[in-house]
Amino acid sequence: MGKYLRKKIIIYVITFILAVTINFFIPRMMPGDPIQSLLSRFSGMEGGREILEQQLTLLFNLDQPLWQQYANFWKSVFTLDFGISIIQFPTPVFDIIKRAIIYDISVLLPAIILSWIVGNKLGAFSGTDKTVDDYSMPLFYFLASSPYFWMAGIVAYFFGVVLGWFPISGAYSSTASPGLNWNFISNFLHHWFLPFFTMFLVQLGGWAIGMRNMIMYEKSSNYSKYMETLGSSKKLIRKYGFRNGVLPQVTGLALRLGRIVGGAITVQVVFNYPGLGRMLLDAVQNQDYFLMQGIFLTIVTMVLVANFIVDIVYMFIDPRVRLSFTEEV
Amino acid sequence: MFKDFWAKHENLYYALTNKKVIFGLTIVVLVFLLAAFGPMLTPYEYGDYAGAGYLPPSADHFFGTTIDGRDVFTRTVYGLRSTLLVGAIAGTIATLVGSIIGFVAGYYGGTIFDELLMMLTNIFVVIPQLALLIVIAAFLEVRGVVIMAVIVSLTAWPWTARAVRSQTLSLKNEEYVSLSRISALSVGRILREDIASNMFSYVFMVFIQQFNSTMLATVQLEFLGLGPTKGISLGLVMQNAVNWNGIQLGMWWWAVIPGLILAILITALYFVNTGLDAAFNPRLREM
Repeated sequence: MGKYLRKKIIIYVITFILAVTINFFIPRMMPGDPIQSLLSRFSGMEGGREILEQQLTLLFNLDQPLWQQYANFWKSVFTLDFGISIIQFPTPVFDIIKRAIIYDISVLLPAIILSWIVGNKLGAFSGTDKTVDDYSMPLFYFLASSPYFWMAGIVAYFFGVVLGWFPISGAYSSTASPGLNWNFISNFLHHWFLPFFTMFLVQLGGWAIGMRNMIMYEKSSNYSKYMETLGSSKKLIRKYGFRNGVLPQVTGLALRLGRIVGGAITVQVVFNYPGLGRMLLDAVQNQDYFLMQGIFLTIVTMVLVANFIVDIVYMFIDPRVRLSFTEEV
Repeated sequence: MFKDFWAKHENLYYALTNKKVIFGLTIVVLVFLLAAFGPMLTPYEYGDYAGAGYLPPSADHFFGTTIDGRDVFTRTVYGLRSTLLVGAIAGTIATLVGSIIGFVAGYYGGTIFDELLMMLTNIFVVIPQLALLIVIAAFLEVRGVVIMAVIVSLTAWPWTARAVRSQTLSLKNEEYVSLSRISALSVGRILREDIASNMFSYVFMVFIQQFNSTMLATVQLEFLGLGPTKGISLGLVMQNAVNWNGIQLGMWWWAVIPGLILAILITALYFVNTGLDAAFNPRLREM
């Protein structure tokens, strides 16, 4: 399908292999004796003995040579068998991930797409209007300079505590029972808004700055100057500049996905929002490395898939890539 | 004598007379002074109980006190030191590693060697940094400032490598570089004298941006409780605030002020960078 996509796919495959390999070495590089700590954790639980045996065989197989252990590990990745969680004993890790991932996607997807669209529009506007620019630029820089969790704290304090408009903890009230009824959905959206809004705000700054700089650059190019001498309206010049400036912004989206997902982890901690990030931190703090391995791999896979989607979108909107399929990005 | 100096360092002159640079630098210096001398302004240590808890900012406690009566100002200035130090070391490492990879990849642009280096770079670009850092940090039982910096820089260098590479690609076809090449100068010397020296201002701006992003990564790790295992840091102050329900209790001074200082510092550094961009770039200078 052309050099462009082939190269990208190779990188994604290698990254995936790398992530699995990191996962493989995690329990093997643990400080202390992982088997002892597992023993003491499982011993008090009902049916713990059998499960413990299963876990140890699955993850360690220490009597086998290393390559054999590694091959077995890959087999468990492809069968989605990540073992049993220790914190939520005896739930399989895969089930926990399945439950948590909804909260990540429902916050991240709208936040990324909306902030990208709004940020680009605002940036383009700021880039073509000097008076607006003087006030909006510091604001954009400030938004982009804010740590995600800190912005979450401000948003929670202002909208949750001072104004009291939104709840600031959890994904839904303890009284609401999950289901497809209006009551639950409105409750869910009520809790969903602040984490979403935080993610939206911080990213907004970055996109606006990027687009503003692109527009400034396009404005100084010859075609813009020519249009200006022809007496074109500011709006038209902005429109043409925007079309050129939007391409690097799509590439920027791919570059920043990893960072955005990282920010989401900290935001989930502030709002006690039960997504993968919150779970990952719980797993780390409780040394639940089956859960940790599963979540790490899931997050990496999510980012890789998202990157791949961005690549395909890029292919369709960049006429040069669309035509040649050979453009280096 | 001064005239000679400025004539020689024209870029520096334009940089230091740029309004954005002056504004940004002033704030940056103030924040650094706060980190350097702040601990002397307070009679407490960062772990001390300094009085009643739950006090809003006042003349006795500039930034108020925490719920258990520790002085937030003291904790913030000590924490600022640690966070700045980790960020600066990590930023330096990331800039060095990224620039070297960028120079080499750019100089050998188009060869297999370049492809391999860029592949490595792109792998590090797509891997979600914080998730990787959490996993790594979780396995180091003791984390000092230097180890923290190394961990953070591990995922910070890739975009520098990409940026420096594309700059090098455009520089390496200049005539003076070709001249050096036919004079059989070693690659190391060409990279050092012809390419790196011409990109000094660019790399300096890259460093500022790198410092910004490493500070943000550091403070996020600290907030998750994965910062340096000893001492206090900005992220840790705010983690305490969140864990002790500081936000629910309306203790904005505890949860907001430490981060505000960092956000202001990073904004100021952005200003310095935009100003420098204008100063180093003659085409923008006229505007």
